[in-house]
Amino acid sequence: MTDPILSLNNLKAGYGQTEILHDLSIYVDPNEIVAIIGPNGAGKSTAMKAVLGLLNIREGNVTLNGDDITDTPAAQVVRLGISYVPQTQNVFVNLSVQENLEMGAWTRPEGIPERLAEMYELFPDLAEKRNQAAGSLSGGQRQMVAMAKALMVDAKILLLDEPTAGLSPKYRGEIFATIQKIKSTGVPILIVEQNAKQALGVADRGYVLVDGANRHTGTGAELLADREIARMFLGGGH
Amino acid sequence: MWDAFGFEFVNFYLIPGLVLGCIYALGAIGITLTFGILRFANFAHGEMMMMGGYLTWTIMAIVTALFGLTLHPLVAMVPATAVVIFLFLLTDKYFYKPFRKEDTIKVVMASFGMMLIIRSAVQAIWGPNQLKFVSGIAKPNEILRDVSGSIDLMLLVPNKHIWIFLGTIVIVIALSYLLNKTRIGKAMRAVSDSPDLAHVTGIDVDQVIRATWIVGGICAMAAGVFLAMDIQLLETTMGFRMLLPMFAAAILGGIGKPYGAVFGGLVIGLAEELSAYPWIGDTPLLSPGYKTGVAFAIMVIMLIVRPQGLFKGRSF
Amino acid sequence: MEAYLGYFLYLLSLLTVGGIYALFALGLNVQWGFAGLFNVGIVGFAAVGAYSYALLTTAESTFHLGGFGLPLPFGMFVGMILAAAIAAVIGVICIRLRSDYLAIATIGIAEIIKLVFKNETEITNGPRGINKIPRAWEHFSEERFYSSWPLSWFASPETWESFFDWLPNWWWQPFFAGTVLLVMYVVYRLLERARMSPWGRMMTAIRENEPAARAAGKDVTTRRIEAFVIGAAIMGLAGALFAQHLRLIEPTNTFDSAKVTFLVWVMLICGGSGNNRGAMLGAFLIWTIWSASELVIGGTISLIGNVFQNLDTTILETRAGFLRMMLIGILMQVILQKYPGGILPEVRPASPKADKS
Repeated sequence: MTDPILSLNNLKAGYGQTEILHDLSIYVDPNEIVAIIGPNGAGKSTAMKAVLGLLNIREGNVTLNGDDITDTPAAQVVRLGISYVPQTQNVFVNLSVQENLEMGAWTRPEGIPERLAEMYELFPDLAEKRNQAAGSLSGGQRQMVAMAKALMVDAKILLLDEPTAGLSPKYRGEIFATIQKIKSTGVPILIVEQNAKQALGVADRGYVLVDGANRHTGTGAELLADREIARMFLGGGH
Repeated sequence: MWDAFGFEFVNFYLIPGLVLGCIYALGAIGITLTFGILRFANFAHGEMMMMGGYLTWTIMAIVTALFGLTLHPLVAMVPATAVVIFLFLLTDKYFYKPFRKEDTIKVVMASFGMMLIIRSAVQAIWGPNQLKFVSGIAKPNEILRDVSGSIDLMLLVPNKHIWIFLGTIVIVIALSYLLNKTRIGKAMRAVSDSPDLAHVTGIDVDQVIRATWIVGGICAMAAGVFLAMDIQLLETTMGFRMLLPMFAAAILGGIGKPYGAVFGGLVIGLAEELSAYPWIGDTPLLSPGYKTGVAFAIMVIMLIVRPQGLFKGRSF
Repeated sequence: MEAYLGYFLYLLSLLTVGGIYALFALGLNVQWGFAGLFNVGIVGFAAVGAYSYALLTTAESTFHLGGFGLPLPFGMFVGMILAAAIAAVIGVICIRLRSDYLAIATIGIAEIIKLVFKNETEITNGPRGINKIPRAWEHFSEERFYSSWPLSWFASPETWESFFDWLPNWWWQPFFAGTVLLVMYVVYRLLERARMSPWGRMMTAIRENEPAARAAGKDVTTRRIEAFVIGAAIMGLAGALFAQHLRLIEPTNTFDSAKVTFLVWVMLICGGSGNNRGAMLGAFLIWTIWSASELVIGGTISLIGNVFQNLDTTILETRAGFLRMMLIGILMQVILQKYPGGILPEVRPASPKADKS
């Protein structure tokens, strides 16, 4: 068994006084898509912020390739190879698409033009819009820019916070297809999703989060087949 | 069109208005950048401009005393700029940075305090009285005067104004190159867009902030020296007098929009000068004593009608 | 005996000016301490209060509009109302915007107010200012007051004249200081009552968590405008007292934004914003430091002048004041960073439930 790329071990964390994560353990292996699903307020996005060092961790730790990165500031975490795409406001709206990608490459020492070319290959839609302001693009295209921007560094892992929130079904499919393409380039992905069915469809493994702790774990297919989970989250989508 | 009336209009209202506009524009660039990137209204900006003028004067005086040369203010400005940038970085480190993670109003308060500290320091060091910056009467540039020929077409532009126009154009071009073509310039725009995203993108925000102070410092310095060149003297109140028009220019152009600030500066400068033109009858439309009020009125109207400014800056 | 009288009068003047500044600080505390509104145009409201008082109460003059020779309390009242009215206009425009804009707008309106007072020479006598402003109590020794109601009821003008000649020339000082302190105390009591009231608790709630207060259906904007207007009214009142204390006001030096606005801010931050007692304590403390440091520095300079006979100390004298200002500025920065609560930090009004238990 290989060592996990990213691992959250028995985390207790929250904002200020309020504790949101009570006992959370998640790991991501190389070449894996891992999905975190769960009801609203279960602490899905909070888990991601914990990885980024954006909140106050009381107990437990976060490791990247076995190194402890608990409480490392966000800017440093990015430097270590964790790329993060926030749910909202994830592109610089006043910068062009290409400038957004260049900013994504801030911590990349060299090979930026080559990487840009690779990204335009991976996201062909963006190539023709490279000089447009990111703010002028549609929601789905912005999400693509945000992902491409995050991949401009040699990411060890990509964190996606609800990438399909507020998108039309057509774009949702496109985003999930892109996520699988990203995986095929060798980048493991941790994804937080409201849209459980599709997320588990592409995920190798999934975690169901309830009240700040993981309730169920299994492969995507197992979780999809689980009756209780189906009743809780997959039914009508509420 | 270009009758005797036009002669007066162009030479005594339009050109001075543009000169004042250039000065406001340069000052407003610094204000809008700090407002956009560091997210606070820097009340000490005008005082830094004023201090830049005094430092330039001091360098000119030292050179005159040591070598008997009269240095052009634009030359003396270069070493003075270094000092002003250093002061900007120093104030940031000791007075603004401690509040960076707190409510922005604390930084505004600290900058308000800085405004008085800097002014009192200048008053204590150089004295409260006016200093002569450049002596003599500025004669109109002869080439421009001769080119335009007859009295009806005559352009009376002193060299100091030509320097101010050229200087402003050079700085604005350099600024647009910086913001659109260089890595740090793009990062400045990115941080102005969203500081949180800049953080999680891995952009070195501290470096961007330093760059902002340097760019703002150069523009403030140029604005201060241009103002001193224009009025040919130094006063400790000149920075404070500029503050309101510069804020008005930044708000008019849209916070965080450097081109907006330039445009806003020119509009405010022209509006202030043209408000004293006898548009109706023979008396000035507005008593020249109320020039500052024009900037304020434009600002208030903007805050009511369109707080995000003409160029869609951020509105809070 | 003479020396003690000197100390006594110095103490009285400290109390008088300190009390006026305490009023300014109380007004600012309503705006900043209660409502979190950043007003850097204190000097503008002070000038409005002072000028309205001066124009309404001075004897008729050829230099400026009026004076109307109206009763002193009426002048003070109008000063308050006008300052409040101007604040209401700014408030309606700017309060919904972010605090920085209010700061810019207030500093702007203060400059405009000064500009108007400077330029409208027909009304205000421009840069030369208004003098002979009646000062409470002392004004009774002016002929136009002792020869008219109510003093004329008690005795004839001649009697009054000889009575005032008989009194020592500082007789009014304790009364004036007492009046200032009384006004300050009344305002303090009213503000304390307001702070403890549901209105005050709502202000705290808004300042601490605006979204929650909005969600709870509180009319945040209106409450803020109320606080801004009340604060400005107190500043107008303080301005009227300031005019009485000075007796001569002009737009530039009297209403120097450094001296008035900035000192009041330092006082409030030092004493403890959000705390009315802190505001008053800060005012007296900073004013004492300000005033005493003038004496100390002045003394030091004349000492230096005596030791080094050939040194021209005039430059030192003119510049020492600026140095003092600079040190006060640095003091404020230190307090802001190291002791953000001030000497008397804010005490939260207890909730009604806690009162019962």
